[in-house]
Amino acid sequence: MHGKALPYLLLMPATLFLCVFFLYPFALVAFEAFTRDGGFTLDNFRTMAGNWKFPVAFWNTILLAAIVVPIQLVMALLMATVVSRLETGRGAALYIFAIPLGISDLAAGLIWLAIFDQSGFLNTLLSNLGLVDRPVMFLGYQSKLTIFVAVVLAEIWRATAIMMVILVAGMGLIPREYHEAAEVFGASPWKRFVKITLPLLRPSLQTAIILRVILAFEVFAVVAALGGTNLPVLMGETYNWQFSLQDRNVAAAFALLILAISVGLTLFFLRVLRVPKEARI
Amino acid sequence: MIAVAEIPIAVPAVRKAGNWLLVATVILLSVWVLLPIYLLTVNALSSPEEVTAFPKRFFPSFDIGSLSFFINFAGVGRALWNSVLVATLTMILSIGFGAPAGYALSRFDFPGKGTFRFLVLMTRAFPLPLLALPLAVMFIRTGLDDTAIGLALVHTTLALPFAVLITFSLFSGIPVELEEAAWTLGCTRLQAFRKVILPLALPGMAASAVFAFTISWNEVFAAAVLTIENRTLTAFLLQSLGESPLYLKFAGGAALVIPALIFIFAVRKYLFAMWGIANR
Repeated sequence: MHGKALPYLLLMPATLFLCVFFLYPFALVAFEAFTRDGGFTLDNFRTMAGNWKFPVAFWNTILLAAIVVPIQLVMALLMATVVSRLETGRGAALYIFAIPLGISDLAAGLIWLAIFDQSGFLNTLLSNLGLVDRPVMFLGYQSKLTIFVAVVLAEIWRATAIMMVILVAGMGLIPREYHEAAEVFGASPWKRFVKITLPLLRPSLQTAIILRVILAFEVFAVVAALGGTNLPVLMGETYNWQFSLQDRNVAAAFALLILAISVGLTLFFLRVLRVPKEARI
Repeated sequence: MIAVAEIPIAVPAVRKAGNWLLVATVILLSVWVLLPIYLLTVNALSSPEEVTAFPKRFFPSFDIGSLSFFINFAGVGRALWNSVLVATLTMILSIGFGAPAGYALSRFDFPGKGTFRFLVLMTRAFPLPLLALPLAVMFIRTGLDDTAIGLALVHTTLALPFAVLITFSLFSGIPVELEEAAWTLGCTRLQAFRKVILPLALPGMAASAVFAFTISWNEVFAAAVLTIENRTLTAFLLQSLGESPLYLKFAGGAALVIPALIFIFAVRKYLFAMWGIANR
C-alpha cells in the first residue's frame, strides 16, 4: 500500500508549518535587516550601533546573562540534587520547584515589582526592622543598580526551574550502580558528585545551559515590568524600534544580532560540552 | 578493627545531620519559590488603597476591590478572552501538526528522518518570539494581522517542537506489538491507531496540549508585536505598564499566575518526561 509514503504524509503538516513560520521568517528578517527601500545596505546596522542606547542595552544584556546563568546553574544543580536525595515528599518538592516554569516572564516581573516597589514588601520589611525611615525608591530612574539587582533576582527566580527540570531528568538516567560502587570505595558525597554525577550529566548540562542562555538573551518583560525604560536591553530596544520608532529595518537588525549571538553561543556550548558518542549512557 | 566497630555509630549520626541539612535546604528553596507568589497574592486580595499604602501588611484583607477594578477595567475582559482563544488555537494547531509527526518518528524508519529531527531541534537554538517581527508584515498582506489565528500561528512555532518530541516519546513507549495484534485482527492502520494507541496515549497528549496552552498564555513579545485591537492579556498588561495603577498590575499579574499554577499542577507527572526526552 502507501507504506512508503505514510511517514512523509504524517510529517508533511509539521514540516510545511515549520518552513512557512520558522525558516521563511528567518530569511525575511535577514533580508529586512540588510535592505532599506529595496536596496542592499548596512545602514540599519549603523543606525542600530550608532544609537546611544545600543551599547548600554548590549552590555546590560550580556552582563545579565553572565551573572544570572551561572547562579542558576548552581541553584538548579542544588535543587536537582536535594530532590534526588529526598525519600518522602519528593513529588511535592518537585512540584514546588517547578512552579516558576509555568509563570510568564511578565508575571514574574510583576511579582518582583510587588517586592521592590516603593510601597512594596521589601520597604515594609526594612522599615519594620527600623533600617530605613522612609520608603526607598528602588526602581527609580536614578537607581540603575537596584533595578539591575531586582531583574537579576526575578530572572533567577523565574527561570531556574527550566534548568532544574532538565537536570532532574538527566540525573534519573545515571545508573545507581555507579554511585553504589563509588560509595563502596569510600568516595565522599562531594567526590561522588564531582566525579560521577557531573561528568555523566554533561548532555543534560549542555541542553540546560543552551536553553537558558538563549532565554537570557530574550530577556524583555521582566525588565519592562521592573525598570520600564530605565534599563535598556536588546529585546526591549528591538520592541522600541518596531513600535515607538516605527523602523522595521532597524528592529530587524536588532533581531538578527540577537539571533547571531544565540546561534553563536549554542554552537560554542555544543562544542565545549561535547559528549563523544561512546561516552553516552 | 576499631574503625569497623566505629562505623555503625558514626554513619547514622552523619546521616541524621545530612538529613536535617537536606530538609532545611528543601524548605529554604521552597520558601524562595513560594514567598514571592504569596506576596503577589496578598496584593491582589487587598483593596486598591491598601496596595498603594505604606507600610504594608503581610496578610491579605480578602478585599476584592483590586480584582473587581481589574475585571471591570476597559479592555480586560476582551484581553482575557483573546488570551484563552489564542492559547486554545495554539493547543489545537500544535497537537494537530505535532502528533502525526511524533507518531511517524516513533514508528517508521525512513530517509529524511534525521533532517526532520534536526529541523525540530534547531527551533530550540533560536529566540522564536523575534519571528513575530517579519511575520507582522506578512500578516498585514494576508489579512492575518491583529487576529487570534495569526498570533496562534506564531505561538505554534514555540509549542510545536515540544508537541513533536513529547508525542514521539509517548508513542515510542507504546509497544508496536499492540498495534500489530490489532492489524492481524482485521483493523486498518487508522482503526488500530484510534482504538488501541490513542486511548493509551491520550493522557500524555492532554498533558502536552496543556503545555502548549501554557506557552501561548504566557508569551509576551510576539503577542505585543502582533496584536493591536485584539490584545491578549500579556500584551494588554505590557502596554499599560506605564500608565496603569499598581493595583491593576498586581491583579493582572495574579490573573496570569493562577492559571499557570493549575497548568503546572495538571502536567506535573509529565514535566520530567517532557524535558527528559527533549535532551536526546
